[in-house]
Amino acid sequence: MMKYETVIGIETHVELKTKTKIFCSCSAEFGGEPNSKTCPICAGFPGSLPVVNEKILEYAIRAGLALNCHIQKLNIFDRKSYFYPDLGKGYQISQLKYPIALNGYLDIEVDGKTKRVNINRIHMEEDAGKLIHTSSTISSSESSIVDYNRSSVPLLEIVTEPDISSPKEARAYMEKLRTILQYIDVSDCKMQEGSLRCDANVSVRPFGQKEYGVRSEVKNLNSFKAVQRSLEYEELRKARELEEGVRQIQDTRTWDEEKGLTISMRSKEQADDYRYFQDPDIPPIILDKAWIEDVANKLPELPDARKKRLMQELGLSEYDALGIVADIHMANYFDETLKYTKDAKAISNWLLGDILAWLNNNDVEDIRAFPVEEKNIAQMIELVNEGIISSKLAKTVFEELTKTSKSPQEIIKEKGLEQISDTNQLLDIVQDVINNNPQSVGDYLAGKERAIEFLVGQIMKETKGKANPEIINKLLKEKMS
Amino acid sequence: MYIYNLGVQQLHEKLTNKELSSVEITKAFLEHIKEVESKVQAFVTVCEKEALEQAKKVDEKIQKGETIAPLAGIPGGIKDNICTKGIKTTCSSRMLENFIPPYDASIIEKLKSQDALFIGKTNLDEFAMGMTTETSYFKSTKNPWSLDCVPGGSSGGSVSAVAAGQVAWALGSDTGGSIRQPAAFTGVVGMKPTYGRVSRSGCVPLASSLDQFGPITKNVTDCAHVLNAISGHCPFDANSYQGETPDFTKSLVADVKGMKIGLPKEYFSLYVDKTVKEKVLQAIKQLESLGAQIVEISLPHTDYSAATYSVIASAETASNMSRLDGVKYGYRSPNAKNINDLYVKSRSEGFGKEVKLRVTLGNYFLSADCYEEYYLHAMKIRTLIVNDFQKAFEKVDVIVSPAATTTAFKIGANLPKEELYMSSVLHIPANMAGLPAISIPCGFVENMPVGLQIIGNLLDDSNVIKAAYTYEQNTDFHKQIAPVGGK
Repeated sequence: MMKYETVIGIETHVELKTKTKIFCSCSAEFGGEPNSKTCPICAGFPGSLPVVNEKILEYAIRAGLALNCHIQKLNIFDRKSYFYPDLGKGYQISQLKYPIALNGYLDIEVDGKTKRVNINRIHMEEDAGKLIHTSSTISSSESSIVDYNRSSVPLLEIVTEPDISSPKEARAYMEKLRTILQYIDVSDCKMQEGSLRCDANVSVRPFGQKEYGVRSEVKNLNSFKAVQRSLEYEELRKARELEEGVRQIQDTRTWDEEKGLTISMRSKEQADDYRYFQDPDIPPIILDKAWIEDVANKLPELPDARKKRLMQELGLSEYDALGIVADIHMANYFDETLKYTKDAKAISNWLLGDILAWLNNNDVEDIRAFPVEEKNIAQMIELVNEGIISSKLAKTVFEELTKTSKSPQEIIKEKGLEQISDTNQLLDIVQDVINNNPQSVGDYLAGKERAIEFLVGQIMKETKGKANPEIINKLLKEKMS
Repeated sequence: MYIYNLGVQQLHEKLTNKELSSVEITKAFLEHIKEVESKVQAFVTVCEKEALEQAKKVDEKIQKGETIAPLAGIPGGIKDNICTKGIKTTCSSRMLENFIPPYDASIIEKLKSQDALFIGKTNLDEFAMGMTTETSYFKSTKNPWSLDCVPGGSSGGSVSAVAAGQVAWALGSDTGGSIRQPAAFTGVVGMKPTYGRVSRSGCVPLASSLDQFGPITKNVTDCAHVLNAISGHCPFDANSYQGETPDFTKSLVADVKGMKIGLPKEYFSLYVDKTVKEKVLQAIKQLESLGAQIVEISLPHTDYSAATYSVIASAETASNMSRLDGVKYGYRSPNAKNINDLYVKSRSEGFGKEVKLRVTLGNYFLSADCYEEYYLHAMKIRTLIVNDFQKAFEKVDVIVSPAATTTAFKIGANLPKEELYMSSVLHIPANMAGLPAISIPCGFVENMPVGLQIIGNLLDDSNVIKAAYTYEQNTDFHKQIAPVGGK
């Protein structure tokens, strides 16, 4: 693949989690009986007029600032016309020439390197309703039904420059974008629910060539994994086309998750003419500088800054810090646990190890649903550090913690898991094991350092894992020398 | 004088004096409608039941000794492009022939809160596109002064209903003269308020940046009452004026001493009918004799207004018509085979010729190839037109002109588009600049009414009313009753 290079640009649509829609006071919440959250305005009834929801502006400014954009004071809404049954008015209200934010960036970490992805623009627009067809497409269906609940839910469209060079980077970009949006609390960012959607534009060109290759737009990407997989498929497909001298078509393709391939939907040789013009129903909006500053001051600590803080103040490795800040709730869990123990490294290990594994195994996306309180994790860490329990048995305690509401101390007491550190208690067992395993002793004395592990294991078996490993190591060595 | 010849103010007095009840008044109007409607054809829908119910309610209030608003219990007509909850709102189009809105327009809500009484929905050119009320899908309304003549348009139904004594007041809409021109043709008072003065929420739009909905009445006093009743900030219209609304009845003062009245030379050019011009000039002389100062002014970009309007209005109209697609409400063609067919057939069959013409034209002007050359360009010229007025109003308080270039012409005259087009030059600039403008009766030519137009500065509706009231109080034209209008 060195012969060719890939150029990717991503368009993301973010559903904002405001209470009400962008131009009316219908609820913007997900779900509900079809057409239960509509009104003449969002359903496009005669005479209805749009009035801008101020909260949208605030959320858009937040996003623009968090993505290092320049916030545009002059905002104009435009009408984008096309006919489709999920579009009540026959036009979508969007922003063309005067969007809310321009020229930003976010940084991604891929394979240990940091790369900057530039953001071309962010604009506000309204969502369309939902269509369900009797067949797979509207044109092949006998009938379709439309639900306008989602119509006019507020969206932010975030468009990158074609700075992304690989499917891996594309995925990293989406994950980072989601993290940032999560931090500033403007969206639920759930790809599966559709509150975060992306389309990727990809082209392939001979390495070093200045002109872009012919691009395809890839749609129907419902997970971060799909983003990566679909682009891996596309770059290979396009590279092959170039190799074979096949004429490339600029088209729109849909990703088929099951089959693992993209299918061409329609050719986009000609750009669609949406007949954009300024919406006369919405006066131009001029954002107050003081307001923008106020929003800026209220921004929470963003992931990159938080990562730096964890590294600089707490000495965490970049790898660990990245893992923790990737999800704001995990980062908050970390900070909360830190209130009860100073061992940042241990918290990090637990979070990125057993806790993350538990979440994955139990199909829990959000750590806020994790049943163990932060202070209990902290207590467990302290108990290990104090030598009251071995780190191995801590895992047993952890298991119990996820099932009961008891504290680690209670669990240790109940199950009698206290570590045995009393030399006198252990001496006999150590002697026993030495006596019963002459071969291993012999091996050890002959120079095989590792033979001691077997002996340790035997002692652990005897003590049901409670023997303090450090102490029995010491005793074994003493006894055998 | 019949009850139905009385105006709003007079009827209100009779109600509060308990000389007449609202039921009596309403019955009188309903009777007269039955008498003359077959000749005038002003209504799409007559709401007899609802009107009498409302009349009873108002009478109960009066009996309880409650104070009632000026419009309470007095029959009015609502142009059928204004949404009325539970009552068909057709825009005189096949597309909305059976559309019953589940909501009231904001101004209807406002009127209802003042116990206003609606006796029916009046006829218009289809979706307000036209100047004669002949493009209505249902019928063409007749001019009460001569039943073989047009009442003008697009608010033909509303003006005829007032002129024929079928209602005491009415609402119309004005995008490029659709209140003023028909008011002139039928000898009634018609006013387009300052853009933003009256809420457009729930009113079916023609051209969003040009439309205003306003009063159509027998005299200026009634006009002030209706304007009071419908004006005010509305949170559902983002262009709604947020400042204080004056009490327009306070401007019913017959005094124009020292008022500077501008005569724009471009508006008096050759294409105004000589006899009409004569009457208008007489009216202006009268104002001068009452103490006003006449100042010649120039609005140099007037010549461009028709073309500019054509581009902007058709573009906005085309876009506003997009939601009428047969999917959610309104006419859906029974012959469609797939979704594209559904769109094409529903709109082709649901819309009349004039609507299709403007939608096609408007979409053309907005298309990628044309946008800059036509639409963007027109928007820039619009600014020049606005500036013309700004400069003029530094020198004058109001501007006058004929309210129409001719008197009402015959139905089916099928005047060349050019001619109709050029006649709207009198009206369009006020819409482009959002200025208040009124048409009041100022004479007759061969028994057909002539109108005088008075245009005011932005938000200066009060001065427009004052000037109009002063002229009216010194003449008798507004007291003339059309042959079909009673005695």
